[in-house]
Amino acid sequence: MIIGSRPLKFQVMVDHDQCMLCGRCVENCSYGVYRMEDGKIRVNSRNCVACHRCLSQCPRDAIMIAERPCDYRNHPVWTDQVRENIFKQAESGKILLGGMGNTGDYPIIFDRLVLDACQVTNPSIDPLREPMELRTFIGKKPRQLELKYGPGNDVELKTKLVKNLQLETPIMIGHMSYGAISLNAQMAMAKAVSESGTFMGTGEGGLHEALYPYQNHMIVQVASGRFGVDVNYLDRGAAIEIKIGQGAKPGIGGHLPGEKVCADVSCTRMIPEGSDAISPAPHHDIYSIEDLKQLVRGLKEATEWKKPVFVKIAAVHNVAAIAAGIARSGADAVVVDGFRGGTGAAPAVFRDHVGIPIEAAIAAVDTKLRQQGIRNEVSIIASGGIRQSADLTKAICLGADAVYIGTAALVAMGCRVCGTCYRNLCTWGIATQRPDLVARLNPDEAAVNVSNLIHAWTLELAELMGAAGINSIESLRGNRDRLRGYMLDETMLDVLDVNAVGA
Amino acid sequence: MCGIIGVIDKTREMMDGSAIREALAIMDERGSGEGAGYVAYGVYPDYADLYAIHVFYDNIIEPKTKVEELLETWGMIEHDEEIPTYESGRMRKVHIPWRYFFRPNRKLMAQSHTPEDDIVTKIVMTVNTSIPGALIFSSGQNIGVFKASGWPEEVADFYRVEDYEGYLWMAHNRYPTNTSGWWGGAHPFNLLNWSVVHNGEITSYGTNRRYIESFGYSCTMYTDTEVVAYLMDLLARRHNLSPEHTVRALAPPFWEEIERMEPSEQQLNTAIRLTYGQAMMNGPFAIAVASHDLLVGFSDRIKLRPLVVGEHDQRLYISSEEAAIRTMEPSVKKISMPRAGQPIVGRVVA
Ligand code: SF4
Ligand code: SF4
Repeated sequence: MIIGSRPLKFQVMVDHDQCMLCGRCVENCSYGVYRMEDGKIRVNSRNCVACHRCLSQCPRDAIMIAERPCDYRNHPVWTDQVRENIFKQAESGKILLGGMGNTGDYPIIFDRLVLDACQVTNPSIDPLREPMELRTFIGKKPRQLELKYGPGNDVELKTKLVKNLQLETPIMIGHMSYGAISLNAQMAMAKAVSESGTFMGTGEGGLHEALYPYQNHMIVQVASGRFGVDVNYLDRGAAIEIKIGQGAKPGIGGHLPGEKVCADVSCTRMIPEGSDAISPAPHHDIYSIEDLKQLVRGLKEATEWKKPVFVKIAAVHNVAAIAAGIARSGADAVVVDGFRGGTGAAPAVFRDHVGIPIEAAIAAVDTKLRQQGIRNEVSIIASGGIRQSADLTKAICLGADAVYIGTAALVAMGCRVCGTCYRNLCTWGIATQRPDLVARLNPDEAAVNVSNLIHAWTLELAELMGAAGINSIESLRGNRDRLRGYMLDETMLDVLDVNAVGA
Repeated sequence: MCGIIGVIDKTREMMDGSAIREALAIMDERGSGEGAGYVAYGVYPDYADLYAIHVFYDNIIEPKTKVEELLETWGMIEHDEEIPTYESGRMRKVHIPWRYFFRPNRKLMAQSHTPEDDIVTKIVMTVNTSIPGALIFSSGQNIGVFKASGWPEEVADFYRVEDYEGYLWMAHNRYPTNTSGWWGGAHPFNLLNWSVVHNGEITSYGTNRRYIESFGYSCTMYTDTEVVAYLMDLLARRHNLSPEHTVRALAPPFWEEIERMEPSEQQLNTAIRLTYGQAMMNGPFAIAVASHDLLVGFSDRIKLRPLVVGEHDQRLYISSEEAAIRTMEPSVKKISMPRAGQPIVGRVVA
């Protein structure tokens, strides 16, 4: 008890004049904040994680949650977070875990880039009246076409094209495994991507039978733990992704706590029930780029060269050179996951301090691949911190072919980014396997929300393109001339190869 | 705005520059008197197999010495002279236009399939990026670009285009937005045997530039038009696509149209879009491109700029305005308006 109680993170207050004692808050809170006592709602604020499930269910708006009403003494260096972390570690002697993305106070580059629009010298295009093409192909493309001209109008296409994924919008949903999230959450997203003509990742947790009907829109993942991987799994996916690293925790493996490994998860992952699922940091058969090449080839061979293979890496300092190596490995796409990428749980020190932002990573990768003349060898998928259609548009201008969204899709299903996904108590039925909680998420309804989100962003992207006088996504991709940097320093502008506003 | 006009005589019958001067002048409304230019094919019959390299010099001391050193390193200058010009009114010799008739030494680029072209391309890129005070604006065989700041008729008189004869002409009247008044910024743009005149703005320029630069071209003229010449060179010369398929790549049909095509057409068009997506040009434009035996005109995919075609016996005309065609050929037999993205191709038959 040397350290004792710390200031409350959240203070929950119930307006008893408003409260009608319906008991919904008690029922909905899985963290044990509420109880009904002596005909009154009582709270234990210390348990609150601000998931706002209670707020969303209270019929009387009787609940108010305040953040840090009593704070630590203000100090610019010894921030409350720093002090709190020391307290926790002094007590536990352990690595600190955190959920969701980077909480570091770094400037967001996307917010310092502005887009262009046409005035006078060229007309903007109205997507309601003119065609606007967002169709995107993910995969290898030839560097040059060989056409053989015969007599008359006869022409023969000599170049053979390899299989690409055809997306109707450049928005895909990234890999969140069954186990980390619930089956209902996966189902909802699978329905949404199928309807929107795009794709989602299975994560490294295998593919549950219930998702088989949507398999043509799913990218199956092979990660270092090889959970759920067999040839049946590989065959079912529309594409295969080798996960090398993740933006939220570059350089380390994954950890699914045993509490989340229920019977169903255990079957899908092919591991014992209740056991922690630990993915090692490296793949034990990949110790160099040549090994990666072999795995790419192995997976292609196993699936009769019918499926594109993606390789996902965390955006680290040398990301451009690594991506160039991947482009030569036979892979069809490289997924670059920036340091704002979300996760169920990551050591906070990794989440907040390792890796680089997606904006710089995409720019560097695109530039490097072009310099080496191998940009057509791979598609670039940007992920980690894509929050809105503007981010998506800017990522494409910087050179991405498409993006993966993750957190945004969860938020569309109710997630409040409370950051406690690893506790298996998600009140929204998303990051949990507890049947009563999972049942709260209706996959059909949630699918509508997710596909609405994709649809809305797609509309916004089309409007932004039209305003820029562009009617096809190919002409936006890598079009850094249509970006300007605002309050970015010169070095950053150089990396992004973007001019400053006014220039 | 800008006005463009081009004409090809399919039997290579020669035309002097007086008619196209009139045609361009009738479109004065489309320009601002800050830039005009002409290109003619077949103008240097005495040096037909040599590369005619036109340079703007700011002075004829250091830049000229440097350019000549570079030319001598890569081949031989068989003849050179100042391009004759005639100052009058406000037309002054802001730059000194010079021409070289140059024979590249193909041995110096033995690894290439087209050593001469590659040597000349390299020289153009080097001069334009690293020799201040010198700008190569024309570099093909038996062709010449004549351009400057001024109204169409002023520029024509400055060079006396009526003194030149060609079987293929293109001309451009400029309303500059990107680079005002700069002589280098006037059209036509040229690289090797490709010349381009362009009305409009290419909104995909950033994408196209990054694409073309990854194949070793450098964009040096600060304007979007030069990229078209390089794209034509890459697709039609280096990748051997026909002019029609090159235009397909630059202004491809919409997916919706591709889906309605015959399977083999569909496959071909899909392959073109996948491979050359970054070469696709967006934004409002009407473009005419010429090469030795060819005049091609096309507009953007939704035709945001005018393009009119005239046909008269062995001559094909492409222009922003019908009036310009009628100035050159008052009794023109057929006038038509091509659909968006549809290539208009005139080829010499002899
Ligand atoms: S949900 Fe609202 S109204 Fe119902 S018991 Fe809780 S505080 Fe009262
Ligand atoms: S998924 Fe659930 S637990 Fe995770 S942050 Fe969102 S609301 Fe919180």
